[in-house]
Amino acid sequence: MEVKDASSALLSNYEVFQLLTDLKEQRKESGKNKHSSGQQNLNTITYETLKYISKTPCRHQSPEIVREFLTAMKSHKLTKAEKLQLLNHRPVTAVEIQLMVEESEERLTEEQIEALLHTVTSILPAGPEAEQKKNANSDGTMDEEDPA
Amino acid sequence: MFVLVEMVDTVRIPPWQFERKLNDSIAEELNKKLANKVVYNVGLCICLFDITKLEDAYVFPGDGASHTKVHFRYVVFHPFLDEILIGKIKGCSPEGVHVSLDFFDDILIPPESLQQPAKFDEAEQVWVWEYETEEGAHDLYMDTGEEIRFRVVDESFVDTSPTGPSSADATTSSEELPKKEAPYTLVGSISEPGLGLLSWWTSS
Repeated sequence: MEVKDASSALLSNYEVFQLLTDLKEQRKESGKNKHSSGQQNLNTITYETLKYISKTPCRHQSPEIVREFLTAMKSHKLTKAEKLQLLNHRPVTAVEIQLMVEESEERLTEEQIEALLHTVTSILPAGPEAEQKKNANSDGTMDEEDPA
Repeated sequence: MFVLVEMVDTVRIPPWQFERKLNDSIAEELNKKLANKVVYNVGLCICLFDITKLEDAYVFPGDGASHTKVHFRYVVFHPFLDEILIGKIKGCSPEGVHVSLDFFDDILIPPESLQQPAKFDEAEQVWVWEYETEEGAHDLYMDTGEEIRFRVVDESFVDTSPTGPSSADATTSSEELPKKEAPYTLVGSISEPGLGLLSWWTSS
Protein backbone atom coordinates (compact mmCIF):
# COMPACT_ATOMS: atom_id res chain seq x y z
CA MET A 1 0.00 0.00 0.00
CA GLU A 2 1.26 3.40 -0.91
CA VAL A 3 0.23 6.79 0.39
CA LYS A 4 0.24 9.25 -2.51
CA ASP A 5 -0.79 12.37 -0.65
CA ALA A 6 -1.12 12.42 3.12
CA SER A 7 -3.08 15.65 3.18
CA SER A 8 -4.87 16.20 -0.07
CA ALA A 9 -7.84 18.02 1.47
CA LEU A 10 -9.18 19.19 4.81
CA LEU A 11 -12.63 17.95 5.77
CA SER A 12 -15.04 19.75 8.04
CA ASN A 13 -16.76 17.79 10.80
CA TYR A 14 -20.05 18.29 8.99
CA GLU A 15 -18.75 16.56 5.85
CA VAL A 16 -17.55 13.57 7.87
CA PHE A 17 -20.87 13.48 9.73
CA GLN A 18 -22.74 13.45 6.43
CA LEU A 19 -20.52 10.74 4.98
CA LEU A 20 -20.85 8.46 8.00
CA THR A 21 -24.60 8.93 8.23
CA ASP A 22 -24.99 8.02 4.55
CA LEU A 23 -22.71 5.03 5.01
CA LYS A 24 -24.77 3.87 7.97
CA GLU A 25 -28.00 4.15 5.93
CA GLN A 26 -26.47 2.23 3.05
CA ARG A 27 -25.27 -0.57 5.29
CA LYS A 28 -28.59 -0.78 7.06
CA GLU A 29 -30.35 -1.29 3.71
CA SER A 30 -28.06 -4.07 2.55
CA GLY A 31 -28.30 -5.62 5.99
CA LYS A 32 -26.77 -9.05 5.61
CA ASN A 33 -23.04 -8.69 6.17
CA LYS A 34 -22.97 -5.97 8.77
CA HIS A 35 -22.01 -8.32 11.55
CA SER A 36 -19.30 -10.32 9.87
CA SER A 37 -16.08 -10.06 11.82
CA GLY A 38 -14.34 -8.06 9.11
CA GLN A 39 -16.85 -5.22 9.39
CA GLN A 40 -16.55 -4.88 13.14
CA ASN A 41 -13.84 -2.24 12.96
CA LEU A 42 -15.84 -0.15 10.53
CA ASN A 43 -18.90 -0.44 12.76
CA THR A 44 -16.95 0.61 15.83
CA ILE A 45 -15.26 3.61 14.30
CA THR A 46 -18.44 4.77 12.56
CA TYR A 47 -20.48 4.53 15.74
CA GLU A 48 -17.93 6.32 17.91
CA THR A 49 -17.17 9.07 15.42
CA LEU A 50 -20.88 9.72 14.86
CA LYS A 51 -21.36 9.80 18.62
CA TYR A 52 -18.64 12.41 18.96
CA ILE A 53 -19.72 14.63 16.09
CA SER A 54 -23.39 14.50 17.08
CA LYS A 55 -22.52 16.32 20.28
CA THR A 56 -20.98 19.23 18.37
CA PRO A 57 -22.85 22.07 16.60
CA CYS A 58 -21.92 20.49 13.26
CA ARG A 59 -24.89 18.19 13.16
CA HIS A 60 -27.31 20.95 12.31
CA GLN A 61 -25.29 22.35 9.44
CA SER A 62 -26.09 21.92 5.77
CA PRO A 63 -24.15 22.57 2.55
CA GLU A 64 -25.98 25.89 2.07
CA ILE A 65 -25.10 27.05 5.57
CA VAL A 66 -21.45 26.14 5.02
CA ARG A 67 -21.39 27.99 1.69
CA GLU A 68 -23.03 31.06 3.24
CA PHE A 69 -20.56 30.95 6.11
CA LEU A 70 -17.52 30.79 3.82
CA THR A 71 -18.79 33.66 1.68
CA ALA A 72 -19.34 35.77 4.77
CA MET A 73 -15.86 34.91 6.01
CA LYS A 74 -14.18 36.21 2.86
CA SER A 75 -14.08 39.76 4.15
CA HIS A 76 -12.29 38.82 7.38
CA LYS A 77 -9.15 37.47 5.65
CA LEU A 78 -8.64 34.35 7.73
CA THR A 79 -6.59 31.31 6.79
CA LYS A 80 -8.25 28.08 5.73
CA ALA A 81 -7.37 26.36 9.01
CA GLU A 82 -8.87 29.24 11.04
CA LYS A 83 -12.11 29.22 9.05
CA LEU A 84 -12.32 25.46 9.47
CA GLN A 85 -11.96 25.74 13.24
CA LEU A 86 -14.62 28.43 13.41
CA LEU A 87 -16.92 26.21 11.35
CA ASN A 88 -16.32 23.16 13.52
CA HIS A 89 -16.50 24.84 16.92
CA ARG A 90 -18.89 27.78 16.48
CA PRO A 91 -17.22 30.04 19.10
CA VAL A 92 -19.47 32.40 21.03
CA THR A 93 -16.93 34.39 23.05
CA ALA A 94 -13.99 36.59 22.15
CA VAL A 95 -11.63 34.32 24.12
CA GLU A 96 -12.44 31.40 21.83
CA ILE A 97 -11.80 33.54 18.75
CA GLN A 98 -8.39 34.48 20.15
CA LEU A 99 -7.57 30.81 20.53
CA MET A 100 -8.55 29.87 17.01
CA VAL A 101 -7.26 32.90 15.12
CA GLU A 102 -3.52 33.32 15.33
CA GLU A 103 -2.29 36.72 16.55
CA SER A 104 -5.83 37.98 16.69
CA GLU A 105 -4.83 40.99 18.79
CA GLU A 106 -2.71 42.30 15.93
CA ARG A 107 -4.91 41.25 13.03
CA LEU A 108 -8.37 42.07 14.34
CA THR A 109 -9.69 45.06 16.23
CA GLU A 110 -12.34 44.62 18.91
CA GLU A 111 -15.14 45.61 16.55
CA GLN A 112 -13.90 43.12 14.00
CA ILE A 113 -13.92 40.36 16.63
CA GLU A 114 -17.47 41.32 17.59
CA ALA A 115 -18.50 41.32 13.94
CA LEU A 116 -16.87 37.93 13.46
CA LEU A 117 -18.69 36.53 16.49
CA HIS A 118 -21.95 37.93 15.17
CA THR A 119 -21.43 36.34 11.76
CA VAL A 120 -20.56 32.98 13.29
CA THR A 121 -23.45 32.85 15.70
CA SER A 122 -26.01 34.13 13.22
CA ILE A 123 -25.13 31.89 10.29
CA LEU A 124 -24.16 28.68 12.06
CA PRO A 125 -26.91 26.91 13.98
CA ALA A 126 -26.25 26.23 17.63
CA GLY A 127 -25.73 22.77 19.08
CA PRO A 128 -28.60 20.82 20.64
CA GLU A 129 -27.91 21.82 24.27
CA ALA A 130 -27.50 25.45 23.38
CA GLU A 131 -30.87 25.42 21.65
CA GLN A 132 -32.49 24.09 24.82
CA LYS A 133 -30.81 26.71 26.95
CA LYS A 134 -31.86 29.47 24.56
CA ASN A 135 -35.48 28.38 24.79
CA ALA A 136 -35.25 28.23 28.57
CA ASN A 137 -34.07 31.85 28.86
CA SER A 138 -37.00 33.86 27.58
CA ASP A 139 -35.09 36.97 26.50
CA GLY A 140 -32.09 37.05 24.17
CA THR A 141 -28.72 36.73 25.92
CA MET A 142 -26.49 37.84 23.05
CA ASP A 143 -25.68 41.51 22.85
CA GLU A 144 -26.75 42.74 19.46
CA GLU A 145 -24.65 45.63 18.27
CA ASP A 146 -26.61 48.12 16.23
CA PRO A 147 -25.31 48.16 12.66
CA ALA A 148 -23.28 51.30 12.23
CA MET B 1 -9.65 17.40 12.52
CA PHE B 2 -10.17 15.12 9.52
CA VAL B 3 -8.20 15.03 6.29
CA LEU B 4 -8.55 13.24 3.00
CA VAL B 5 -5.62 10.97 2.14
CA GLU B 6 -4.99 9.67 -1.34
CA MET B 7 -3.70 6.11 -1.38
CA VAL B 8 -3.03 3.32 -3.82
CA ASP B 9 -3.33 -0.35 -3.02
CA THR B 10 -3.88 -3.70 -4.67
CA VAL B 11 -7.10 -5.34 -3.53
CA ARG B 12 -7.64 -9.08 -3.71
CA ILE B 13 -11.19 -10.24 -4.39
CA PRO B 14 -11.76 -13.99 -3.82
CA PRO B 15 -13.77 -15.84 -6.50
CA TRP B 16 -16.88 -16.37 -4.39
CA GLN B 17 -17.42 -12.60 -4.43
CA PHE B 18 -17.23 -12.25 -8.21
CA GLU B 19 -21.02 -11.99 -8.49
CA ARG B 20 -21.02 -8.74 -6.52
CA LYS B 21 -20.29 -5.41 -8.15
CA LEU B 22 -16.55 -4.85 -8.16
CA ASN B 23 -16.82 -1.41 -6.59
CA ASP B 24 -18.78 -2.73 -3.63
CA SER B 25 -16.39 -5.61 -3.00
CA ILE B 26 -13.41 -3.28 -3.20
CA ALA B 27 -15.00 -0.74 -0.87
CA GLU B 28 -15.71 -3.47 1.63
CA GLU B 29 -12.18 -4.87 1.45
CA LEU B 30 -10.60 -1.45 1.87
CA ASN B 31 -12.76 -0.69 4.87
CA LYS B 32 -11.97 -4.06 6.33
CA LYS B 33 -8.28 -3.37 5.94
CA LEU B 34 -8.08 0.24 7.10
CA ALA B 35 -11.07 1.33 9.21
CA ASN B 36 -10.16 2.08 12.83
CA LYS B 37 -6.50 1.40 12.14
CA VAL B 38 -3.55 3.77 12.40
CA VAL B 39 -1.35 4.20 9.34
CA TYR B 40 2.20 5.18 10.24
CA ASN B 41 2.79 8.93 9.80
CA VAL B 42 -0.69 9.42 8.38
CA GLY B 43 -3.27 9.09 11.15
CA LEU B 44 -6.28 7.10 12.31
CA CYS B 45 -8.28 5.89 9.30
CA ILE B 46 -12.02 6.35 9.58
CA CYS B 47 -13.75 5.25 6.39
CA LEU B 48 -13.49 5.22 2.61
CA PHE B 49 -14.36 8.50 0.95
CA ASP B 50 -14.38 7.43 -2.69
CA ILE B 51 -12.58 5.36 -5.30
CA THR B 52 -10.90 7.59 -7.86
CA LYS B 53 -9.47 5.04 -10.27
CA LEU B 54 -9.65 1.32 -10.85
CA GLU B 55 -6.98 -0.26 -12.96
CA ASP B 56 -7.40 -3.55 -14.78
CA ALA B 57 -8.03 -6.58 -12.61
CA TYR B 58 -5.66 -9.52 -13.09
CA VAL B 59 -5.93 -13.16 -12.15
CA PHE B 60 -2.56 -14.73 -11.44
CA PRO B 61 -1.67 -18.35 -12.00
CA GLY B 62 -2.18 -20.45 -8.90
CA ASP B 63 -4.57 -18.00 -7.27
CA GLY B 64 -8.16 -17.86 -8.46
CA ALA B 65 -8.77 -14.43 -6.96
CA SER B 66 -8.64 -11.19 -8.90
CA HIS B 67 -6.15 -8.48 -8.00
CA THR B 68 -7.05 -4.89 -8.76
CA LYS B 69 -4.92 -1.81 -8.28
CA VAL B 70 -7.13 0.84 -6.72
CA HIS B 71 -6.57 4.57 -6.30
CA PHE B 72 -8.83 5.86 -3.56
CA ARG B 73 -9.28 8.55 -0.95
CA TYR B 74 -9.72 7.77 2.71
CA VAL B 75 -11.01 9.92 5.56
CA VAL B 76 -8.30 10.06 8.22
CA PHE B 77 -8.28 11.64 11.66
CA HIS B 78 -5.16 13.78 11.77
CA PRO B 79 -5.50 17.10 13.62
CA PHE B 80 -3.06 19.75 12.49
CA LEU B 81 -0.58 21.36 14.85
CA ASP B 82 -2.13 23.98 17.16
CA GLU B 83 -5.66 22.87 16.36
CA ILE B 84 -8.22 23.36 19.12
CA LEU B 85 -10.21 20.25 20.03
CA ILE B 86 -12.86 19.44 22.60
CA GLY B 87 -12.71 16.10 24.39
CA LYS B 88 -13.68 14.38 27.61
CA ILE B 89 -11.39 13.78 30.55
CA LYS B 90 -10.81 10.06 30.80
CA GLY B 91 -8.76 10.22 33.99
CA CYS B 92 -5.77 11.75 35.71
CA SER B 93 -2.46 10.25 36.65
CA PRO B 94 0.89 11.63 37.74
CA GLU B 95 1.83 11.69 34.03
CA GLY B 96 -0.88 14.22 33.31
CA VAL B 97 -4.50 14.40 32.25
CA HIS B 98 -5.76 11.73 29.85
CA VAL B 99 -8.33 13.02 27.39
CA SER B 100 -10.48 11.05 25.02
CA LEU B 101 -12.45 11.88 21.90
CA ASP B 102 -14.94 9.01 21.69
CA PHE B 103 -13.19 7.43 18.75
CA PHE B 104 -9.62 8.25 19.81
CA ASP B 105 -8.26 7.81 23.28
CA ASP B 106 -4.53 8.42 23.35
CA ILE B 107 -4.35 12.09 24.20
CA LEU B 108 -2.23 13.28 27.10
CA ILE B 109 -1.86 16.73 28.61
CA PRO B 110 1.41 16.69 30.56
CA PRO B 111 1.61 18.53 33.91
CA GLU B 112 3.72 21.39 32.53
CA SER B 113 1.04 22.22 29.96
CA LEU B 114 -1.76 22.57 32.49
CA GLN B 115 -2.99 25.96 33.67
CA GLN B 116 -0.39 26.96 36.24
CA PRO B 117 -0.21 26.60 39.18
CA ALA B 118 -1.49 23.03 39.18
CA LYS B 119 -1.07 20.24 41.69
CA PHE B 120 -1.92 16.56 41.74
CA ASP B 121 -4.29 15.54 44.51
CA GLU B 122 -3.04 12.09 45.53
CA ALA B 123 -6.09 11.21 47.58
CA GLU B 124 -8.57 11.74 44.78
CA GLN B 125 -6.08 11.06 41.96
CA VAL B 126 -7.09 14.22 40.14
CA TRP B 127 -5.25 17.29 38.86
CA VAL B 128 -6.28 20.62 40.34
CA TRP B 129 -5.82 24.16 39.03
CA GLU B 130 -5.12 26.50 41.94
CA TYR B 131 -6.76 29.58 40.54
CA GLU B 132 -5.80 32.76 42.40
CA THR B 133 -8.19 35.65 42.76
CA GLU B 134 -8.29 38.53 45.22
CA GLU B 135 -10.41 36.53 47.62
CA GLY B 136 -7.93 33.66 47.74
CA ALA B 137 -7.16 30.48 45.88
CA HIS B 138 -9.96 28.50 44.24
CA ASP B 139 -9.27 24.86 43.62
CA LEU B 140 -10.63 23.88 40.22
CA TYR B 141 -10.75 20.10 39.90
CA MET B 142 -10.32 18.30 36.59
CA ASP B 143 -12.84 15.52 37.12
CA THR B 144 -13.39 12.48 34.94
CA GLY B 145 -16.14 12.91 32.39
CA GLU B 146 -15.81 16.68 32.13
CA GLU B 147 -15.55 18.27 28.69
CA ILE B 148 -12.22 19.94 28.09
CA ARG B 149 -10.97 22.25 25.35
CA PHE B 150 -7.28 21.80 24.50
CA ARG B 151 -4.73 22.66 21.84
CA VAL B 152 -2.78 19.96 19.98
CA VAL B 153 0.90 20.70 20.42
CA ASP B 154 2.59 17.49 19.39
CA GLU B 155 1.90 14.11 17.87
CA SER B 156 3.96 10.95 17.74
CA PHE B 157 3.74 7.86 15.60
CA VAL B 158 5.22 4.59 16.76
CA ASP B 159 5.79 1.78 14.33
CA THR B 160 4.08 -1.19 15.95
CA SER B 161 4.66 -3.68 13.15
CA PRO B 162 5.91 -6.97 14.53
CA THR B 163 9.68 -7.33 14.82
CA GLY B 164 11.38 -10.62 14.09
CA PRO B 165 12.09 -13.20 16.78
CA SER B 166 14.28 -11.49 19.35
CA SER B 167 17.76 -12.82 19.95
CA ALA B 168 17.24 -12.91 23.75
CA ASP B 169 16.37 -16.48 24.59
CA ALA B 170 14.20 -18.05 27.25
CA THR B 171 14.80 -15.42 29.96
CA THR B 172 11.33 -13.98 29.78
CA SER B 173 9.21 -16.86 28.62
CA SER B 174 6.87 -16.63 31.60
CA GLU B 175 6.89 -12.85 31.96
CA GLU B 176 4.01 -10.73 30.78
CA LEU B 177 3.81 -9.52 27.18
CA PRO B 178 5.85 -6.43 26.33
CA LYS B 179 3.97 -3.19 27.03
CA LYS B 180 1.60 -2.35 24.21
CA GLU B 181 2.37 1.07 22.85
CA ALA B 182 -0.25 3.21 21.23
CA PRO B 183 0.69 3.66 17.56
CA TYR B 184 -0.52 7.26 17.49
CA THR B 185 -0.56 9.65 20.44
CA LEU B 186 -1.33 13.33 20.74
CA VAL B 187 0.08 15.75 23.28
CA GLY B 188 -2.18 18.60 24.27
CA SER B 189 -1.90 21.80 26.22
CA ILE B 190 -4.38 23.89 28.16
CA SER B 191 -2.06 26.63 29.36
CA GLU B 192 -3.82 29.49 27.55
CA PRO B 193 -6.88 31.58 28.45
CA GLY B 194 -9.95 29.86 27.09
CA LEU B 195 -8.49 26.36 27.35
CA GLY B 196 -9.35 23.80 29.99
CA LEU B 197 -12.71 22.63 31.25
CA LEU B 198 -15.57 24.26 29.34
CA SER B 199 -17.24 25.08 32.65
CA TRP B 200 -14.31 27.34 33.63
CA TRP B 201 -14.92 29.72 30.74
CA THR B 202 -18.66 29.78 30.08
CA SER B 203 -20.15 33.09 31.13
CA SER B 204 -23.58 32.44 32.61
